[in-house]
This record gives sequence, structure tokens and C-alpha cells, in this order.
Amino acid sequence: MAYDTNPAPSTVYHPAPPGMQIKVAARDLSVTYGDALALDRVQIDIPDRSVTACIGPSGCGKSTFLRCINRMNDTIDTARVRGSIKIDGEEVNDRSIDPVLLRARVGMVFQKPNPFPKTIFENVAYGPRIHGLAANKDELAAIVETSLTKAGLWKEVADRLHQPGTSLSGGQQQRLVIARAIAVNPEVILMDEPCSALDPIATARIEELIDELRENYALIIVTHSMAQAARVSQMTAFFHLGALVEYGPTEEIFTNPRDQRTQDYITGRFG
Amino acid sequence: MNRPASIRTAVEARLARRHRSERRFQFYGAAAICLAVAFLCLLIGSILIQSVPAMTTWRMTLEVELDRQTIDPRGDMSEASLRRGGYNAAIQNALRAQFPDVEDRAELRELFGLYSSVNAARLLNRVVQDPSLVGRTVSFTLPIDDDADLYLKGVSVRESRAPGPAPVRIERREGRAVSLASDTAVFDAYVEDVREVARERARTLEQRALRAEAALADTIDRDIRAIYEAEARRARVQAERLRERLDDGAPVVLGPQIPSLLIQVSGAVIRITEVSADRSSAQGEIVISAALDEAAHADWTLWTLETPQAGRLISDRQIAWADALRERGLTRSGFNTELFTYADSREPELAGVLGALIGSVLTMFVTMLLAVPIGVGAAIYLEEFAPKNRITSIIEVNINNLAAVPSIVFGLLGLAVFINTFGLPRSAPIVGGVVLALMTLPTVIISSRAALKAVPPSIREAALGVGASKTQAVFHHVLPLAAPGILTGSIIGLAQALGETAPLLMIGMVAFIADAPTLGLSGFTEPATVMPVQIFLWSSAAERAFEARTAAAILILLTLMVSLNAAAIYLRRRFERRW
Ligand SMILES: Nc1ncnc2c1ncn2[C@@H]1O[C@H](COP(=O)(O)OP(=O)(O)OP(=O)(O)O)[C@@H](O)[C@H]1O
Ligand SMILES: [Mg+2]
Repeated sequence: MAYDTNPAPSTVYHPAPPGMQIKVAARDLSVTYGDALALDRVQIDIPDRSVTACIGPSGCGKSTFLRCINRMNDTIDTARVRGSIKIDGEEVNDRSIDPVLLRARVGMVFQKPNPFPKTIFENVAYGPRIHGLAANKDELAAIVETSLTKAGLWKEVADRLHQPGTSLSGGQQQRLVIARAIAVNPEVILMDEPCSALDPIATARIEELIDELRENYALIIVTHSMAQAARVSQMTAFFHLGALVEYGPTEEIFTNPRDQRTQDYITGRFG
Repeated sequence: MNRPASIRTAVEARLARRHRSERRFQFYGAAAICLAVAFLCLLIGSILIQSVPAMTTWRMTLEVELDRQTIDPRGDMSEASLRRGGYNAAIQNALRAQFPDVEDRAELRELFGLYSSVNAARLLNRVVQDPSLVGRTVSFTLPIDDDADLYLKGVSVRESRAPGPAPVRIERREGRAVSLASDTAVFDAYVEDVREVARERARTLEQRALRAEAALADTIDRDIRAIYEAEARRARVQAERLRERLDDGAPVVLGPQIPSLLIQVSGAVIRITEVSADRSSAQGEIVISAALDEAAHADWTLWTLETPQAGRLISDRQIAWADALRERGLTRSGFNTELFTYADSREPELAGVLGALIGSVLTMFVTMLLAVPIGVGAAIYLEEFAPKNRITSIIEVNINNLAAVPSIVFGLLGLAVFINTFGLPRSAPIVGGVVLALMTLPTVIISSRAALKAVPPSIREAALGVGASKTQAVFHHVLPLAAPGILTGSIIGLAQALGETAPLLMIGMVAFIADAPTLGLSGFTEPATVMPVQIFLWSSAAERAFEARTAAAILILLTLMVSLNAAAIYLRRRFERRW
């Protein structure tokens, strides 16, 4: 297998910003789907209370990397994860880690909006309810309201909380699932192309939201928009063919890319 | 500028063909649907038409005298004594009172053949419940015998009535014999009819003889020649005999092979036994007597029963009696409630589907209780939790194969395992239910798995993503979405089980069971039968009245199925509205 025979892909690391507190650290992280290698020995340190953008051409393993962090790859029978990934120094792939607890700590917004076919209220209330975060109905309603407000959706849905979540527009659904993810108050939020289905106004609102969330959470977002990555992220990781090619502060990557592939990608010469 | 033009011509060249094939396909589709609908209409229509005679039934109401001595033999009015009473004798007396001139035993047996003695049990129950009836005369309504019923409905006997063409003198002889005489050939029409039928028959016989003789000439094989020879000879002899009888000079003797002739005159009914050669006089016997004076009667009726006695199960006398009962207003046709309130019986007029319906309900209850939870549970485990390895794939293949196993095999299994090994009772709904549950399981599992598989994986990911456990994800999100599909699959499986006969034959649910099982806990171990088996039993019964009842039972079963499916659709809609 490629993993054993080939030399490890080399990554260009830019110097880390001062005072960086590491939240998520991956070492030698590889993922195979059956025989296909999707992620090849990734080494990365992701800081807390900041936004890390993952960029790269389609099929390069960005989603796969994200799904390693909350062990979502467990649900795919053919997927096999090797190497180590730690959150706050705690090994995620360890047997003693309960994926249920892990996923409560690491919220995820998927590439396609996937609200539950239940009411808007239920969509947001589901997480807090199964984790027992609210002592009574009023508390639960308060959590739902703050989450929806944070996601910038409250004004639009305040009077239709009991309509199905699937009846919302694509962009509203995307903000609904963001509200659902932040309702359980996670430590890390993974967002897989959260703005791919949104118009510029909604995108701007989500970006604002991401900026606000940065105060309290570690955010990792996947995006195909260079502009967006430049606008919202503090760190940028460039993936290519399963390998982490270049990683560092966003400004550094965009102004001074050292790898030819990174340069080509951010200048739009391929991808 | 060249390319758009060329693509345009290219498409246009094929456009006509494409439209044609589209239209052709639509036509085929519409034709297939029309054909299916036509067959369905034909099927349901023919069942409906066949079941019409079973929808109503003729009942007779008799004034039964509950004489103290016969009803209360011990004279103490205790229940035990009342249960020993001669209720059938009381009914017989009431019927005899209607036709006092029936005397000899054979004729009495014919008269009492107008009802089934099973009815006495109902009279008994009435008296036991209300002992004050003893000593009084009660009016008792009972379904008339199935053959008389069919006659009264006009399905089994062809008959015609014509006014007597000329006055006739009636002279009583000894016993009940009478002779009729007229100045003109009043029986001419009848004799001509009989002759014509006989001539026709003689002609066919002669043709058959000719065919056999022709074949004989072509055959060399000795054995086959012998067969043809015998056939030719037999046909010739029969034809000869018929021709002899057709001889104009001989009197016509009425027998079971030719239409019967009855004479109705001022309330009396005379059955003709012989018509003289000149067709103006006849011999007969009184069936129902009335005061007949010596003078010539001008107002009389020739009543021909064109279906010969050999071709029907009801005798001339019984027809006369049934007709008289109807004339006297003692019989009445009404909706056949017996069909729904009685269990099976050897007497068609007392046979109903209640026992089979209860049996079906009990059996289906067991089947549902076992097949649905086990099947859905197995489907959920296999689809959502089981590791995908060799063992689960073997199990999967086997479940799919099990769905294709002929249902009778499950019956054999039930017989060997549940009855012979575990010693569960034969013919019991519990065993039938278990066997049908085994048969239904693969259907339920397969359709439930398909329904679960159809739920988009994004829903599972969404639930897992907020930290739900796998079980929570399945039960909170996947199962509600799959519920309509699971429900439909389960109900299709149950409907299949409801219409299943073969496996139940093996475990003895095909027995004749005259008592409906209790609709309760004890009913599960009582002998019972189910609707499709009841239909099977009736369809092979000899009595003609069961023909219509079979069709009616099929209708009831179909109604049951349709309502089950309607329930499925309703539930489906309700679940879907809640998404
Ligand atoms: N469930 C799966 N089974 C098999 N292979 C998979 C599966 N999911 C992803 N892959 C493969 O792994 C590789 C990386 O996929 P991944 O979804 O991580 O790409 P991505 O970077 O998110 O792309 P995109 O930007 O298009 O979303 C691809 O080659 C893909 O074909
Ligand atoms: Mg992706």
C-alpha cells in the first residue's frame, strides 16, 4: 500500500502565530476507503479560538479530514483511520473515548444541509434534549432561541418554529443546522462548505457568525472560496491529493505561498 | 453557423421516430392497464353474480305448539328435563298440521326434508331461556332446506304454468289416487313437449351410434374395436327403447327422466303419473288435498316442472309443499344473516362464516404479534447495527431464500415441530398463527430493510453529528421515516397470510368445525378454521347451495383484504403527515 512504500509527503509549515494554544493535533493521520488512500500522513496543529480554513481541489480529502475529528468516519464501513488525532491532548481514536461524548464536544455542519424532518424547534432542541442540557421547557426554549439568534435565523423563523425544518429554503436550512450544531455548546465546530448553497447576503451573515463564534470555539471550515478563506480564517491548510501541502497563518499562505501547488491553486491556475 | 443547423436536422430526423415510440409505449401501458382492469371487473363481477343467491335466504315461520308432555318429559320444568324435550317432534307436528294428508313414512320423511333438524337446537335454547313458553304455541322461524330455498329462488328448477285449455272432471279413487278426464286432448301440449325432448335425445343417440360404427370400420386393433362395438350397440339399444316409447299408441308413463306434470285445481295439487294415449285423460295422486266436487272443473292449471326429477335434488311433492307454504304466506325471503352469524354446517342454509372469521382474527392476531415485532426488530438490527461480514451476508441470503420457500413447507414444519414435538393442539389458531408468522417473517424483514435503506444517510449523520447514540439515531430519526414503508410491508405480509391455505391444511385447520371458537384467550387453542380454508371446504362441498355461499365467502374475504389495505393506506398517510 502506498502508505508503507512511499516516502511521507512533505508539508511546508509556516511559523505559528505567537501565543497559539493547540486545540486539535493530528499526527501521521491517514484514512483509506478500502484500498483508496484519501488522507496521507497528515501532521497538523489547529489553534483554539480561531478559524482554520481547509482548502484544496475537489476530492483532495478535506471532508475526510474533518470527519476524522469527530470520528464520523466510523459510520463508513470501508473507511479505516490510522495515526493519532488529539483534542486537548486526548486521543480521539482511543477505545476509551465514547464517540457520543466526542460528537457532543465537536459539532459538525455537513456539506449538504440535512435538517431532521421535524419542526424547526425540534431540530435545534434535539441535541440539548438528548444531552439533558435543559432542566425544563423554558430553558430548552431559551437555548433554541439563543442558538437560532446566533445563527442569524431567529427573526425569520420566530413565528414558525413549529413548521417542518425541511420547508425552509436551502440557505435557511444551512443556518438551521448551524444553530443545531451550536445548541449543544461544543468546543470545536466543523463546517464543511457551510456557504456553498448560499447567496452573498446569507454568506456574509454566516461569515459574521463564524467571526463571532471564534471568540469561544475552535472552528475548522472547508471552503472552495479563496476570498472567504482569506476573509474569515486565521489559519489555512492546503490539501492536495490526500496530502497536507502547506499550513500556516492565512496571510502567510495567501501572500507568500512556498509550494508551487499552493501558489497555482490560490491564483486559480488549477483546481 | 453550421453546427446548430446540423444538430437541428439530426434531431429532427429522429424526432418523429422518438415521438412514435413514446406514443407506442404509452399505448402499450394504457392497454395493459385496461386489460388488468377488465380482468378484475370480470373476476369481481362473476363472483358478485355467483354470490347473489347466497345473499338472501327463504325462511318459514311455523306455529309450533310446545306441548308440556313432549317438551318437559320429566314434568319438573328443570333445565335438564327441558333439554330432553322433543323439539324436533314439535316442529314436525307443526309442519304436518299444514299438510294433514301426508301419511306414510316415506312421504313424511320427504316433508320433514323441508328443514334441517339442527334447527331444533335453537328452539331448545329459546325454551331453556324462557321456560314460560312451555305449554304455549310459539311462532318459530327457521331457514328452509337449501334445495327448497334454491327452488323458491327459481335457480334450480325450470317450471311453467299454463291454464287448463278445457274443463276436466276429477274422480277420486281409493287412497289418494285420482283420475282426470276431459272431452278434448288437454294434455296434448305436455305430451308433445316430452316427445320432442325424447326425439331429440334419440337422434343424438343414433348419431353417436353412427360415429362409433364409422370409427369401428377404420380400426383394426381388437381391443379398441371391442370398445367401439360396445358403444355403438349401447347407443342403438337406448335409441330403440326411446323410439318405442315414442310410439303414439302407448300411454305416457311419467318417470324421473322426463318433466313432471302437476295439476293445480281449487287449492289441491295432483301429481300426474300417467297420461292416456289419446291425451285426454290421466291418472294421478293427490299431493295436497282440497274439497273437490264431482262437477267438471273449468279453472285449473297445468304446472310443468321441466327439470326432470333425476336432474334436481328436490322432489315433486316437496316442490308442491314449498309452493303451498309460499302461497299461504308462511315463507319469506330475507337477507341471509345466517351467513354471518353461524359457523360452518353440513346444511348449507345453516352454514356461515362466523367460525372462520373468528378463526382468521385469532390466527392473524398471533401472526401479527410474532411476525411484526420480530421482523422489524431483525430488519433494524441487520440494517443498522449488524457488522457487515460473512455471517450477516449468509443470514441475508437465507432470509431472501426463505421468502421463496413454498408455503406448504412451513405447514410441514409446523406439523413436525409445533404439533409433534411440542405437542401443541391440532387445528388451533395458535399453531396456525405461528406457522403463518414464520411464513410472513421474510416478507416483513425484507420490506422493512428496504424501507430503512431508503432513509437518506444524511439523517443518520445529522443525528450522530449532534451526539446521538446509534440507537437514538435509529429510533428517533430513522424509524419514524421508515415507518410508512415498514407498515406497508407488514400489512402486505399479513394480507398474504390472511389468504393462505396450504400451510394450514398440514396442521389440521381444514377440519369441519361446527362451533365458532371463542373470541378470547381460550379461543387460541380451540379447533378453528380460517376464511380461505372455509372457502376451499365449501367449494368442494357437494350441495349446490354451497356454490353461491363459496362466492359470498370469497367476497367477504376480499372485503376483509380491501379494508386491511385501506387501513394500511390510512395509517401510512397519518405517519407521513408527521414525517
Ligand atoms: N464513503 C466513501 N467511500 C469511498 N471513497 C470515498 C468516500 N468518501 C470519500 N471518498 C474518496 O476519498 C477522497 C476524498 O474525499 P473527500 O470527500 O474528503 O473530498 P473533499 O476534499 O471533501 O472534496 P469536495 O471538495 O468535492 O467535497 C475522494 O477521492 C473520494 O472519492
Ligand atoms: Mg467535501
